[in-house]
Amino acid sequence: MRTQRPLKKPSSQGSLRSALFVFFAFSAPLDRKLLRDLWALKGQALAISLVIGAGVAMFIMYLSTFASLRLTQATYYERYRFADVFAGLTRAPLPLRERIAEIPGVARAEARVVVDVTLDVPGLREPASGRLIGIEIPRVPMLNDLFLRNGRYPEPGHSDEVVVSEAFAIARDLVPGDSIGAVINGRRRDLDIVGLALSPEYIYSIRPGELVPDDARFGIFWMDGRSLAAAFDMEGGFNHVSLALSRGASESDVIARLDRLLARYGGLGALPRSLQTSHWYLDNELRQLQSVGLILPIVFLLVAAFLLNVVLTRIVSVQREQIAALKALGYTNGELSWHYGKLSLLIGAAGGALGVAGGAGLGSGMTSLYNNFFRFPTLQYFLPLNVVIGGVLVSFAASGLGALNAVRRVAALPPAEAMRPEPPARYRRSWIERAGLARFLSAPVRMILRNVGRHPVRAATSVSGIAAAVSMLILGTFFLDSIGVLMDQQFFVIQRQDVTVNFVLPASARSFHEISRLPGVLYAEPTRAVPARLRSTHRSRIVSIQGLVPDPQLNRVVDVNGGPMRLPPGGLVLSLKLAEVLGAAVGDEILVEILDGRRRVQPVPVAGIVEEYMGTSAYMEIDALRRVAGEGDSLTGAFLQVDGAAAGTLYDRLKDIPAVAGVGLKRTAIESFNKTLADTFYVMIFFNLLFSSVIAGGVVYNAARVSLSERTRELASLRVLGFTRGEISFILLGELAVVTLIAIPVGMVTGYAFAGLLVAAFNTELYRFPLIVTPRTFAYAAASVLVAALLSGLAVRRRLDHLDLVAVLKTRE
Amino acid sequence: MPHSAAASASTVFSAHEITKIYGMGEVQVQALRGVSLELRESEFLVLLGPSGSGKSTLLNILGGLDVPTSGTVTYRGQNLTTASERDLTYYRRKHVGFVFQFYNLIPSLTARENVALVTDIVDKPMAPEDALRLVNLQERLDHFPSQLSGGEQQRVAIARAVAKRPDVLLCDEPTGALDIATGILVLEAIQQVNEELGTTTAVITHNAAVAGMADRVVSLSDGRIVSDSVNERKVKAGDLNW
Repeated sequence: MRTQRPLKKPSSQGSLRSALFVFFAFSAPLDRKLLRDLWALKGQALAISLVIGAGVAMFIMYLSTFASLRLTQATYYERYRFADVFAGLTRAPLPLRERIAEIPGVARAEARVVVDVTLDVPGLREPASGRLIGIEIPRVPMLNDLFLRNGRYPEPGHSDEVVVSEAFAIARDLVPGDSIGAVINGRRRDLDIVGLALSPEYIYSIRPGELVPDDARFGIFWMDGRSLAAAFDMEGGFNHVSLALSRGASESDVIARLDRLLARYGGLGALPRSLQTSHWYLDNELRQLQSVGLILPIVFLLVAAFLLNVVLTRIVSVQREQIAALKALGYTNGELSWHYGKLSLLIGAAGGALGVAGGAGLGSGMTSLYNNFFRFPTLQYFLPLNVVIGGVLVSFAASGLGALNAVRRVAALPPAEAMRPEPPARYRRSWIERAGLARFLSAPVRMILRNVGRHPVRAATSVSGIAAAVSMLILGTFFLDSIGVLMDQQFFVIQRQDVTVNFVLPASARSFHEISRLPGVLYAEPTRAVPARLRSTHRSRIVSIQGLVPDPQLNRVVDVNGGPMRLPPGGLVLSLKLAEVLGAAVGDEILVEILDGRRRVQPVPVAGIVEEYMGTSAYMEIDALRRVAGEGDSLTGAFLQVDGAAAGTLYDRLKDIPAVAGVGLKRTAIESFNKTLADTFYVMIFFNLLFSSVIAGGVVYNAARVSLSERTRELASLRVLGFTRGEISFILLGELAVVTLIAIPVGMVTGYAFAGLLVAAFNTELYRFPLIVTPRTFAYAAASVLVAALLSGLAVRRRLDHLDLVAVLKTRE
Repeated sequence: MPHSAAASASTVFSAHEITKIYGMGEVQVQALRGVSLELRESEFLVLLGPSGSGKSTLLNILGGLDVPTSGTVTYRGQNLTTASERDLTYYRRKHVGFVFQFYNLIPSLTARENVALVTDIVDKPMAPEDALRLVNLQERLDHFPSQLSGGEQQRVAIARAVAKRPDVLLCDEPTGALDIATGILVLEAIQQVNEELGTTTAVITHNAAVAGMADRVVSLSDGRIVSDSVNERKVKAGDLNW
C-alpha cells in the first residue's frame, strides 16, 4: 500500500506560488512523473551519465593533478629557495661573487663548483654519470637547498662524504654507509654516502644530452665545496652561479649584466628559471596536463550533450499528448520546460557526481604516479574546490546544452495541435530508389533507406555521435602510433650509435683515435658540441651546436622527409622548433655567440631546417663549426658502434679514462624511455581508452533504443502481418548498421583532426608528437565501435523478442 | 438545489463568426467556416456532428487551446482571440476543465497523482480523493492508468478536470473510446458535476443519443452550425437510449 502524501493546503497567493514553483520546481506529481520517466529510461540515462561522468572525471583528474603539482612546486620552490637565475662558466675567482651580488635586482648570489664525472656503480657494468655539487660544510641555508630525506650532511674534514639524490639511491639501492666509485680529475675515488636528499633544482633530473630521466644511471652528489674545488683545481674559484632576485627586479636586465660580468670567465650564458632544465620539464608537463584536462573533457561533454538531445527530443515526441494535456490543464511553458530540463539536469548531476568522485580517485592515483617521476619532498594530492565547482558546472552545461532543443520543442508545442493524432510522417523514395535501383531492393531494405532519409538531420546527428566515439577511440590510442614513430626516428634513424662518449673538456684528435681503438669499438665518429647563444632579431636561445662529420653514419641528421641529410659545408641546420622559437627561416642570418673558448660572435646563415620530435637542436658540419668557434681539431665526444660481445670490456675501459665525463648507451636510453612512457603515457592512454569505450557504448546503445522506441508500433504491426522476429530485427538493426557504417569513416576523419589538435596542444620545446595514425589504430577504433554496435543491437533485439503485439496495437501513439 | 439553464443567466462564452484553417501534414484544412455561438452560465451544451465537422476545433478554441484564424471569442467579456499565450495558459489554469476522448492521463502517475497534478497548481481545489470519490473511484486511488479500464481512466480524467472547481467543463468525445455501459457511467459523472457544482459544460459527441441529456444541442457540419435547439425535456444519462 502506498503511503498517502499529505495534501497541500490551498494557497491564496497563487501567482507568487507559481513563481516559486517554477524556481524550486515543487510539484510532487510532476516530480514523481520525472522520477518514473527517469526510471523507465535507466539504461540510456546511465549510459549518458557515464559519458558525462567520464568527461568530468577527466576534467577533475587532470586539473586536480595539475593543481596539486602546481601547489607542491610553488611551496617547494619557496621553502627551499629555488633560484631565479642560473649561470655556468669555466672558472672565476670567488671575490667576483661580491660583484655579482651588487647587480641591481639581485637579492642573493651564490657561487659553487659543479662537475660531471663518470661513476663506477657496484653491480653496473657500464659507466654511469654523476654530477658533483659543492655546498658549504657545516651546512648553512642556501639557494636550491636540500631536503634531507635521511642520513646527515657531510662532516667538516671528511672530504669523501656525500649526500646523494634520492632517485639515484632508490634506483641503485644505495643507503647511507654505502660507497660508490667516481673518476675525479683522473683519479678514482670512493664517495661515502652519508645522506639521501632532494633539491628543487633536480625535481626532474636528466643527464645532459638525454631525452628522458634515467635515475639508475645519473646521480647528483652534494659534498663539501672546498674539497670538491680542490679536487678539480678550482680552489678559490667557482664555475656556477645561482641568483635569487628581489621582488620587481628585471630578470632580463640582471641576466644581461651577469653575462657581461662572466664573459671573461667563460660564462656559458645565464638562464632564467623558466629555461632551467628541471623546471622547464616540470612546467611543460604541467602545461600539458592543463591543456589535456581542458580539451578532452570538452569532446566528451559535447557527445553527452548530443546524446541527451536525442533522448530528450524523443521523450518529448513520445509524450507529445501528455505535454498537450498538461498545457490544457493550465501548466505553463516555463513549468513544463523546467520539468524536461530537470530530467536532463538530473542525468547531468548523476554524471557530475560520478565524475567528481571518480576524478578525485583517479587524480589521487595520477598524482602518486607523478611521485615516481618528479621528486618532491611530499606530493600531496588535493582537490581544489574550484576544480570541483568547474566539473559540476561543466556537467550542468552539458546537460543544459543537451536539453535546449527538447525544451524549446516543449514550449513550442501548441496544445491543440498535440491533441490531434500526429500526421503520418512524410516519407519519400530514397535516392537509391530514385536512381532506379528500387527493383533490386526488398521492402524491408526500402523501409531502412526511407527511414534514414526521413530524418536527415537526425540520421546525421546519430552519425556524428557514433563518429565521435570512433574519433575518441582514435584519440585515445594514436599516441602509441605517434610514440612508435618518434622512438623509431630517435633511436633507429637518428641515433644509430650504440654508445655516446662525452669528454670533460674539449679534447684533441688523439683522444678520438684512442677511443676508436678501444676493444669492441667497430666504428667511431667524432663530435664537437659548442655552447652558443643564437640570436635572431630580439629572440634568443642558448643551445649546444652539435658539430658532426659531413656525412654522418652514426648520429645522423634527418631531413623533413625522414631521410638522412648531408650537412651543408657552412651554415646552421636548425630543428623546426628551434627555427620557430627564433623566428628564423632558411637563408636568414643568425647571430651566433660562442660561449666558450674565444667567445667569438659572428653571423651564420641558416642552411637547413629539419623536423625533429625531441628538444631544440642546432647542427653544423664539424669543421665549419670549428672555424666559427675559431679553434682547431678539438672534439667533445664520440659516437661508437660497438661489438656487443666485447661491450663489457669496453665499459670497463671507459670508466677508467679520466677525460670521459659521461657515457650514454642507446640500450639504456630506450629502456628509460620505455619506462617513462609506462609511468605516464600508458596510464593516460589506458584511461582515455576506457572513457572512449564508454562513449562508443553510450552512443550506439542510445541510438538503438531511440530507434526502437520510435518504431515499436510499426514493427509490432509487421509482426501481426506475419513478419518473423528476424525480419523485423533486420529492419530495426539494419538502420543502425547503415548509420554505423556511415559513421565509421566520418569518425576516422574527425579522429584524425582531433589528433591533430591534441598534437598541436603537445607541441612544446621539450617534445612534439608526429601526427601519425596507423591503419591498425583506425581498424581498432572501427572494430570497437562495431562490437559496441553489435552488443547494443543484441540488447535491443532482446526487447524486440518481447514485443507485446496486442498492447502495442491498442495504444494510440 | 439543482441548477438549470435560464434565459436570464449571464453569458459565459460568446463566439462571433469564427473561422479556423490549419495545415495537417501537407494538406490545408478549413475546420470552421464562420461559427457564432453563445454559452450561458451552468448550461449543459452538447455539440453534435460527424467527424471532421469542426466540433473539436470549436471546443479547443473555447478552451483556450487554440485561437481562431478570424472572428472573436470572449469568455465573460474577456477576449480570448487576442490573449497572449501566457494569458491563455492562466485562463485554462483558472477556469477550464478538460476531458479528452483518449483520457490523456499521465501514464507514469497514479489516479490520485494525476488529479493532484491539477490541484497542485490552482487555488482552492478539491482534495484529489474527494474528486475521485465524486466519480466513484475512491477504491482505485493508487492505481496507474495501465491498471484501470477505459471507463475508469476517463472518470479519473473527469475527476482531474473538476478537482480545480472549474467554471467550465469541456469534454471532447468523452465516451468515444468506451462501450455503452461504461460510456453511461462517464456521462453520469459529467452530468452530476454539471448539476451539483453548476459547472457550465460542453460535451462533443457524434452520438446523437447523448443529446438527450443536454439543455441545448448545437449541430455542426462541415465547419458550420446547422442547428441550435433547446431540449424541452432533459433525460438522465442512465436513461439514454443508444
